[in-house]
Amino acid sequence: MSATLYGLLGAALVGIGLFGLLARPSPLLRILAFNLLGGGVFLVFGAVARRGAGAGFPGDPVPQAIILTGIVVAFAATTLAVMLLLRLSAEGEGRSDPP
Amino acid sequence: MTAAVTLAPTPWGMLPVLAVVLPVAGMVAALPLGARGAERLTLALVPFGLLIALGMAAATYASGAPLVHLLGHWAPPLGLAFRADGLSAAMMLTAAIVIGAVALFARAGFGTPAGAPERREALSFWALLLALWGGINLVLVADDLFTLYVALELLSFAAVPLVCLDGGRATLEAALRYLMFALLGSVLYLLGVALLYGAYGTLDIVLLSERTRAIPATIVAVALMTAGLLAKTALLPLHLWLPPAHSGAPAAASAVLSALVVKGSFVLLVRLWFGVMPGLPVPAAAQILAGLGAAAIILGSAAALAQARLKLLVAYSTVAQIGYLFLMFPLLAAALGTPEDAARAWTGGVLQAVSHAFAKAAMFLAVGLMAKGLGHDRIADLAGAGRAMPLCLLTFGLAGLSLMGVPPSGGFAAKWLLLTSAIEAGQWWWALVILGGGLLTGAYVYRVLATALTAGPGGATGREDSRAWIALGLALISVALGFLPLGAFGLVQIGRLDLAVGGVP
Repeated sequence: MSATLYGLLGAALVGIGLFGLLARPSPLLRILAFNLLGGGVFLVFGAVARRGAGAGFPGDPVPQAIILTGIVVAFAATTLAVMLLLRLSAEGEGRSDPP
Repeated sequence: MTAAVTLAPTPWGMLPVLAVVLPVAGMVAALPLGARGAERLTLALVPFGLLIALGMAAATYASGAPLVHLLGHWAPPLGLAFRADGLSAAMMLTAAIVIGAVALFARAGFGTPAGAPERREALSFWALLLALWGGINLVLVADDLFTLYVALELLSFAAVPLVCLDGGRATLEAALRYLMFALLGSVLYLLGVALLYGAYGTLDIVLLSERTRAIPATIVAVALMTAGLLAKTALLPLHLWLPPAHSGAPAAASAVLSALVVKGSFVLLVRLWFGVMPGLPVPAAAQILAGLGAAAIILGSAAALAQARLKLLVAYSTVAQIGYLFLMFPLLAAALGTPEDAARAWTGGVLQAVSHAFAKAAMFLAVGLMAKGLGHDRIADLAGAGRAMPLCLLTFGLAGLSLMGVPPSGGFAAKWLLLTSAIEAGQWWWALVILGGGLLTGAYVYRVLATALTAGPGGATGREDSRAWIALGLALISVALGFLPLGAFGLVQIGRLDLAVGGVP
């Protein structure tokens, strides 16, 4: 049962994130929406892991490993996006920041 | 070739692994080495990468089967496999040549002369070039959908900073927009991966090809992944990020972005459609993909024709040429029962990817040199450029021939194969699009050449930049592909997964 609940929660997060990513013009909100979307996908992976659990195991370890890798990738993506945004706002204020 | 696909390690299976490890290790080593060391290291790695790619092509061609390596000797579904088929070998050879040419070209712009202080921009360029190379090689040889996700992300993370190397406001905006499209694409792809894993319990493409059935989970997963990959490949409605990003980047970076990076997600899309779900009946969806491709060909070419800036013209030309790649989908889907027709459509699509890679890299390098020599890239003020920079203009013209599909050139062979398979498949409307696109391409190439060949003040004096020879070499390769006998393209047929189930509905 809990797997279904988490799967549905993941789907809801994916929906909210997708809406934010597509409908929000502000880059910062889009970055946050991307993280929501990513979180939703990881929850879906978690639900998949629970449903695919073998005898005696709480969950299938492969999707769990995928979630960990995915979080690292999403973190790197967020960092890159935020850095670009910071550089962009520094440019916008007319400050020429040193390379 | 039609025997059941197996995943056993083969001799020379180490080559695909080396092809990934070499550039990635190079990138890690480049960071502490500094700009000068990174430049030397990249140039030193290029011959090795070229040798590995040649070796992979030779080994695949000789054995007639894909090269397989099982990481840590664990077979899928427990472990991960690297699998290099003919498509991988051909694309990897293309990538190695283009990256080698770009590295030589970039020595002038991003090199560090003796005695000069090292610049951060230069170090970034060389490290990112190596990262991009590693990413594209991993996309080509990985056999696991999640490894492919990581590879795609590596590719995007290397490509996005290349766009904004100069740190200007316009390029930063272009890079941010590119990143947003790329992130949306990859997260949709990842959602599809989750659904496929949930349905089949494996992510290995070869294993999936035997297991996939037309259940809702598969359809939704493939639809999500396709949408995500289209955003990364910049097919028409999702192409908005491409022109500012590719035209704003430095010439050397534009060349690899346009020639290689968009092809990475395209190869993955081909693997998804004709590897993961070869037996699924998808004619309607394939028609939609090709319809978008046709719209990209016509609208992209028309937009290129309307551009006032040379670099933007070349970038919109990329949007249009990407469209041709997608004509392969319905033609292949229609021909799955008849190996000969399928082989023709497959070769046409792959050859289009390869010849466009060479032609577009040559074109971006030539245009970069022209913009540098003239101090601007306004098409209306190009008069006299033909006298000052004949080599650049020759390169632009030769690459243009290949993009138009004028014989003899690689682009002609690709478009001819697509055209004949469209007629064989009874889908004549794609033939019209191919011909119309060729005419529009001719128009925008002619517009540049005609202006540049008139007499005018635009000419600088002195010798032309010797780097024009590099661009000319790439353009010549793109044309020379048209002289290869068709038998040589047997390479790209090796290891096609759709053959294993050929015709089974």
